[in-house]
Amino acid sequence: MNPARIAAILLRQLYLYRGSPARVVPLFAWVTVDMVLWGFMTRFLGSLAHTAYRFVPALLGAVLFWDFMTRVMQGVTTGFFEDVWSRNFLNIFSTPITVLEYIAGLLLSSLVTSLVGLGAMIAVAGVAFGLSFAAYGMTALPFVLVLLLSGMAMGVTAIAIVLRFGPAAEWFIWPIPALLSPFACVYYPLSTLPAHLQGLARLLPPTYVFEGLRAMVAGHGFQASLLVTALLLAFAYILLAYAIFARVFRHALQSGLITRYSAETVS
Amino acid sequence: MPAPQSLASQTILANAAALRVENLRKQYGRLEAVKGVSFQVFPGEIVGLLGVNGAGKTTTISMLLGVLEPTAGSIEVGSVNLLRHRSQALAGSNFAAVYAPLPGNLTVYQNLRVFALLYGVPDFPARLQAVLDAFDLHRFRDAKCGVLSSGEQTRVGLAKALLSRPRVLLLDEPTASIDPASARAIRTTIRHFAAQAQTGVLWTSHNMYEVEEVCTRVLFLSRGEIVLEGDPRKLPREHGKSTLEDLFIHVTRQATDGEQRLEARSS
Repeated sequence: MNPARIAAILLRQLYLYRGSPARVVPLFAWVTVDMVLWGFMTRFLGSLAHTAYRFVPALLGAVLFWDFMTRVMQGVTTGFFEDVWSRNFLNIFSTPITVLEYIAGLLLSSLVTSLVGLGAMIAVAGVAFGLSFAAYGMTALPFVLVLLLSGMAMGVTAIAIVLRFGPAAEWFIWPIPALLSPFACVYYPLSTLPAHLQGLARLLPPTYVFEGLRAMVAGHGFQASLLVTALLLAFAYILLAYAIFARVFRHALQSGLITRYSAETVS
Repeated sequence: MPAPQSLASQTILANAAALRVENLRKQYGRLEAVKGVSFQVFPGEIVGLLGVNGAGKTTTISMLLGVLEPTAGSIEVGSVNLLRHRSQALAGSNFAAVYAPLPGNLTVYQNLRVFALLYGVPDFPARLQAVLDAFDLHRFRDAKCGVLSSGEQTRVGLAKALLSRPRVLLLDEPTASIDPASARAIRTTIRHFAAQAQTGVLWTSHNMYEVEEVCTRVLFLSRGEIVLEGDPRKLPREHGKSTLEDLFIHVTRQATDGEQRLEARSS
């Protein structure tokens, strides 16, 4: 891997963000709105339920972590769409950049932009609703890593879909996080799902993350087995996502799709 | 302008060809767009690739750029096989085409900086200065490419193409949207560059005056095959035609008539 070529993709994204408020504002605007909405919702639920259940770290924290994962996925797809929107495939893919370097550049760009969103969410949730990361402890960091890897795997799979089916397939990929969220047990324990859906949920790394975080909030401590399973799954998915993109890219080179991408077809 | 190379000198230089294409084929289903094309471009030489629309010029160039995988055949940039060592081979080539402008949402400087990283250009400030000088782009350095005229955008694309001092330069109708005075300046710049950097240039154009002025050798491509090759200043007389344009029309008609006769026989 050539670090300069990876840096080129990151630099391109930074140039685009530097000169465009329309790109910068969404990095934190929607996640901030989400924090405010779910912050008040959490307060309301806390006022209804006279239990010791800690709604803020359990529910608002879950929304924050889920939004972070979604931002990671969108960071990857947005970077790819910059090449789609500016019809840059021919220029970019006729350079020495490899598929792995291109993907690595998108992942790095996504990490930077997602951290901006995460910072905004932590600030709003902490200042306005008292969400403290002390509730999770440092052991939550590996779980955040799992969500980062999961978001990256989703993002790479999403851009493979768009590369294969054309720019109009954009509308397939934006709802992916919403489609997965019921099965990832973001807002409720795994046991809430019917037995036949629990099997599906167990295939998703975020399920283990949210089960683990809830356990920590409830005072059951850090559960290493959940983390290990989540990490193994997340690594497997990111390798699978890369393999899918590489296969689709090869198909695009063979069929001529790269050179005629705006036509959305090679026939 | 470098003198056209003799057959003997070409033989001596055969091992040092900047670009070597052997039996290149591209098939889309039943349609064979390129049918076993072979040619070489030597260092410092400018070779014209001529043919009517749909003759297979852009398909050939796409394969040379690594954005379209050939059905068969081999491409070597220097001595590096493009199909086996894609990244290494593409590091030695660059291109400009009127249908592949650089992203309009980045400035001239930003685009050139990003592509310098992608191509691994050493001493970027000096190369930047050189290409901005060569194409009279200093006053547009910080302008977004999207606001430039089509001719200015073409010059930016050419600046990107020369930035990496490639061994092989592929130019697909580089002066198509340029006024005559600027086109002449561009031809002079590229000729000097090819001679100085010992870059092999493959140049497609529909402007036969331009081809005669710039190219040391031409390849006539018709229906995916090279049907004629030679010195553009001698070829017309050798075939009883007064100009290269007359020869172009003659060759095109011959190929079309031949195809029609074949179709009539087979039906």
